[in-house]
Amino acid sequence: MEFIVISLIKIALVAFVLLTTLAYLQWVERKVIAHVQVRMGPSRVGPHGLLQPLADVIKLITKEGVMPPHVNKVFYLLAPFLAVFMALMSITVIPFGGEIKAFGYSTWMQLTDLNVGILFILALSSLGVYGIALAGWSSNNKYSLLGGLRSSAQMISYELPMSLAIAAPLLLAGTLSLRKIVESQAGYSFGFLPHWAIFQGPFPQVFSFFIFLIAAFAETNRIPFDLPEAENELVAGFHTEYSSMTFAAFFMAEYANMITVCSMTTILFLGGWTPLFPESLGSNFVAPLIFFVAGAIALYHGLHPARPFDRFTLPFFGLVFFAIAGLFLIPVLRQFLMPLFWYAAKTGFLLFVFIWIRATLPRFRYDQLMDFAWKFLFPAALLNLLVTSFLVAWFA
Amino acid sequence: MDLFFFLLFAIFAIVCAVNVVLQTHPISSALSLVGVMGSLAILYLLLGAEFIAMAQIIVYAGAIMVLFIFVIMLLNAGGESKRGLSVTSSILGAPLLVAFLGLIAYFVQRAFPNAPAVKFGNFTGGSAESVGRALFTRYLLPFEVTSVLILIAIVGAVVLARKEID
Amino acid sequence: MLSQLQGGVPLSWYLVLSAVLFTLGVAGFLFRRNIITVFMSIELMLNAVNLTFITFSYQLKEVNGHIFAFFVMVVAAAEAAVGLAIILTVFKNRGTLNIDEIDSMKN
Repeated sequence: MEFIVISLIKIALVAFVLLTTLAYLQWVERKVIAHVQVRMGPSRVGPHGLLQPLADVIKLITKEGVMPPHVNKVFYLLAPFLAVFMALMSITVIPFGGEIKAFGYSTWMQLTDLNVGILFILALSSLGVYGIALAGWSSNNKYSLLGGLRSSAQMISYELPMSLAIAAPLLLAGTLSLRKIVESQAGYSFGFLPHWAIFQGPFPQVFSFFIFLIAAFAETNRIPFDLPEAENELVAGFHTEYSSMTFAAFFMAEYANMITVCSMTTILFLGGWTPLFPESLGSNFVAPLIFFVAGAIALYHGLHPARPFDRFTLPFFGLVFFAIAGLFLIPVLRQFLMPLFWYAAKTGFLLFVFIWIRATLPRFRYDQLMDFAWKFLFPAALLNLLVTSFLVAWFA
Repeated sequence: MDLFFFLLFAIFAIVCAVNVVLQTHPISSALSLVGVMGSLAILYLLLGAEFIAMAQIIVYAGAIMVLFIFVIMLLNAGGESKRGLSVTSSILGAPLLVAFLGLIAYFVQRAFPNAPAVKFGNFTGGSAESVGRALFTRYLLPFEVTSVLILIAIVGAVVLARKEID
Repeated sequence: MLSQLQGGVPLSWYLVLSAVLFTLGVAGFLFRRNIITVFMSIELMLNAVNLTFITFSYQLKEVNGHIFAFFVMVVAAAEAAVGLAIILTVFKNRGTLNIDEIDSMKN
């Protein structure tokens, strides 16, 4: 009985945090791309544009949902539902931290741990293709159909190098369960080098990391692989005929897929929620230090404000950051917050890399994209798996 | 709890299977078949076959059925036209089918009176490790032969489906 | 009977479900005219057989049934690839997917 109550609490918490993160990931993306392009990004709706996602949500909800004639209604409405369902289900097996004990109950910072967790996430990404293929086909529009077919073909082509790149660190970890994969990456060699899969002997998984990251860009339809949904190509591809809430659903599915894929990278290659250096070298103080520095910067800029009401908002943010830094120093909360901080830091850094690359690179042409998958990435992933398995067997 | 999940997904599987046979447009049949495969995967989980359940979704529902849907979308041939059924078949068809299935059910029940009841967690030998161990030791030759089979299938599909170079 | 069912689901129910799915697959195979739907009924039959394999593997507490189901899946994949390529070629040559109209070798 207590298992059900604890699970419900965890589900509510994870759902709330996930949906807020999806909304604010869009804000982060717009701000980062804007600053890369030497402009400001959203800055009017709320301080520094922080209420922009709220404004967008309100706009999308109140916009008129136009269903074009001659579409296949069942599939037209089923497609975004499938896309969002598969994207959000992946979060259920991701471990955010270790075991925590509170009020006499002990539980894991993970919704559920499957013995075949990695296969579950692969299965969900395979099923995510249906949302896009059905959206393209049911829209009764040749641009949508072409965009949908191209996008589905791209996703299934890049699933192969992705699966092979996943298989290599699994050989090092020896298990398919996500919790045990992270636990196999705990510990430090030479006293300071973490036992992450990227640094782990007998074969540091650097190639797998890059192959997985490239395949992840293609799986989530992000630049440089976003030809099927680019706006100056096929008139926005498979989501041409979708408006308001259904469009928001595809948008949400894309960001949720991004979060899933970055989480998978941190769990498989970067050690999940384990710290970068051991506690004896002071890793417990990295988080409060970062927030303290952020608060100091905010307070400093509050004294020389660029805009008139920054005089009030920036010091407020500075105090909030100091409060969070103080929270990290409380030993009781440390068992919750430290693993969460390291996990969020690594995933956040990878999301920043995704956004950074979007701001920087041009996109591939479709035949270049498919050539790259089948003629370079797939043999490279296969070779990497071969070398890894040979070295693991040699040094077993 | 096992009973509830079994009944839920068994009924869903049968409804989807009936849909596969009865729908006119091939895309609806294909999506119903995906529904059958999904519910079968959950029934495999109830039977302790966790690796095969995931393989069913990744391979069958996620690759083979996507291939079907691609071909249906590319061919774009439209739904089948309804033919007229003779009066006898439309009156007798469904009841006879149900009677036939009832007979099968009765005989199957009689053949296995003392079989162990299926409870989730009773069989733990379906993990990836045990399947892998059996595949690479006892069934190594069929495993390697299937890799050759897949190569033949790839070459055959490419040869059959390419454009003629004139 | 409900108390008897607290011990789990009787094994024969899984076998009956498999038989029902197989029969529906046979019905689709015999009665449908669209070649792709016929092909999908074949896949339905293969799935029903997989369920039987896994059920008996549970009864005998062995993993061999799982291996057989795995090989059935692989063979179904290869068959689907080649079969759909053949269907594409047939459609290119005859222009129809109705098996009643593809009944002669004469073009």
